[in-house]
Amino acid sequence: MKRRFHPSVVTANDLFEGHPVWRTAEGRWSATIREAEVLRDPETAEARLAAAASDAARVVGPYLAEVATAPQGPAPLHFREVFRVRGPAQASDRLDHLPGE
Amino acid sequence: MYAYSDFDESFVRDRVRQFRDQVERRIDGRLSEDEFKPLRLMNGLYLQLHAYMLRVAIPYGTLDARQMRQLAAISERWDRGYGHFTTRQNIQFNWPKLCDVPDMLDALADVGMHAIQTSGNCVRNVTSDHFAGAAADEIADPRPYAELLRQWSSDHPEFQYLPRKFKIAITGATADRAVTRAHDIGLRVVARDGAVGFEVSVGGGLGRTPMIGRIIRDFLPEADLVPYVEAVLGVYNQLGRRDNKYKARIKIAVHEMGLDTIRELVEARFAETRSEFPGAEAALAEIRAAFRAPDFRAGGTAIPSGSPAFRAWADTNLAPHRREDHAIVTVSLKTPGQQPGDASAGQMRAIADLAETFGYDEIRISHRQNVILPHVRKDDLPAVFEALAAAGLAAANAGLISDIIACPGMDYCALATARSIPVAQEIAVLFETLDLAHEVGPLRLNVSGCINACGHHHVADIGILGLERAGVETYQITLGGDPTERIAIGERTGPGFAADEIVGAVERIVTAYLELRDSADETFADAYRRLGLAPFQKALYSEESRENAA
Repeated sequence: MKRRFHPSVVTANDLFEGHPVWRTAEGRWSATIREAEVLRDPETAEARLAAAASDAARVVGPYLAEVATAPQGPAPLHFREVFRVRGPAQASDRLDHLPGE
Repeated sequence: MYAYSDFDESFVRDRVRQFRDQVERRIDGRLSEDEFKPLRLMNGLYLQLHAYMLRVAIPYGTLDARQMRQLAAISERWDRGYGHFTTRQNIQFNWPKLCDVPDMLDALADVGMHAIQTSGNCVRNVTSDHFAGAAADEIADPRPYAELLRQWSSDHPEFQYLPRKFKIAITGATADRAVTRAHDIGLRVVARDGAVGFEVSVGGGLGRTPMIGRIIRDFLPEADLVPYVEAVLGVYNQLGRRDNKYKARIKIAVHEMGLDTIRELVEARFAETRSEFPGAEAALAEIRAAFRAPDFRAGGTAIPSGSPAFRAWADTNLAPHRREDHAIVTVSLKTPGQQPGDASAGQMRAIADLAETFGYDEIRISHRQNVILPHVRKDDLPAVFEALAAAGLAAANAGLISDIIACPGMDYCALATARSIPVAQEIAVLFETLDLAHEVGPLRLNVSGCINACGHHHVADIGILGLERAGVETYQITLGGDPTERIAIGERTGPGFAADEIVGAVERIVTAYLELRDSADETFADAYRRLGLAPFQKALYSEESRENAA
């Protein structure tokens, strides 16, 4: 059975620094997930992912990540994506820009 | 210790120049990521969850003070002021920027270091006993053999694209502190009729299919080391499965084809190619000169008395040296609450200072993610302890439950399926708070954040494996693993535990051990061998024990 599509964002790693980035509606790459464009249907998601894949001069390994939507912006669902947003547990390495935190 | 020859220097500098050009071409678009990725991996550069990660080889875990200071300087200039020592005697920098990596590699080359073959399907950093050259039970220093293998395997044209990565470990002592039989090739120095040679095991490994290496040769003469290892690699290169990366390691070939078949093939190839090798005598003599023992100064034959803190540290963090007036010091990188294996730049410099002042300029890195000062005069131990305490490095827990091996897990690693560092931190802090670690005694607790088992959970008294189950972190427990010459793979206890249950589960196991042991002298490992899995399963899963622990 085909899996139901869930609202998603396009995410990747920055080519130069390696940190996680999220694609905005303007086609920019933001270091903040709350600026990401939320993709609500599979056709749009695939189109945005294809566009991201052609942006190899700026990012590495784009993929779709499922999100919950909230007034302050999208928030990751899977715990791996939560850690990508939040950064490592080590205090000096934390990023602490999870929406709503 | 071994110093780069002109050949080594030129080879490493050439590789840095090549990589600088490759980075430039990736940034200006002449190389795609698909083209660039294998090139960066061949130079130790991974892209992890939050950043690039540079893995630097520390051959057979041996460093000097100058190299340790350079690692500190690199961490401050191009990273975040710390480094992470790994279970393969490497160091990883977690935050380099792509454009800085060629400069980091040049800085490493300045002190005879590099990141070559720390990734990819090639022969990786040859690991060794971290007490090498110092241990009281040593038959021969294994590092000259490891260096011989490093020289042979570096950029070996036949073995740069193996079916899968290939790991070799070697020990020269009767006690196996290098987990040799969990490696693709394990080498144990043995003496027979006055001659030194090796017991060779093949097909060991951890990961998703843990296997104990099988003895393929019970005595390999020293002179045959390189041609025999090359014969094993040659057979593996042809037989290893390239169709399925999960079945590509040599352990699967040994398992599927049988040891006898592999042995026959290896011996046939060895017989065919042996005469092409010039013999190791001259090369080994030259290498051995670089590993000459230091000019030891006499020290006291007893460990000096000192404060209770010093005595507690001396009880756990010292090991017998081959000279009665010296000791081997384990510098714990496991202060409870800290990230296992991490050292700040300041701590690296403090260790370098101690190595120069008290340790004949020798440092080792252990696969247990600690630092070793292999030669310290007993008279100097109080001064070493005081300096370590001032640097936050005097945790008295080597070999205890808080001396936890933990892979980077999902805090850093892109392959991880769960976190391992916070689990290790919570367990270490719990037993520190309860002041129980010394009462529990020797106990190896290892944590891996995925099935690849970089945290060696299979060979721990208590092994913890972090997995994802239905979108949440789940932790499986194995018991009874053993990394030593009595090597054993741990047995799984049963269903896993959620992230907020795993620390309590470990506490129930340890409480059960304290209740079940014959005496304080019966270690966890011995008690487990006597009792088996059942009483610990009961402690873990019965309603009664859960309620008592709540």
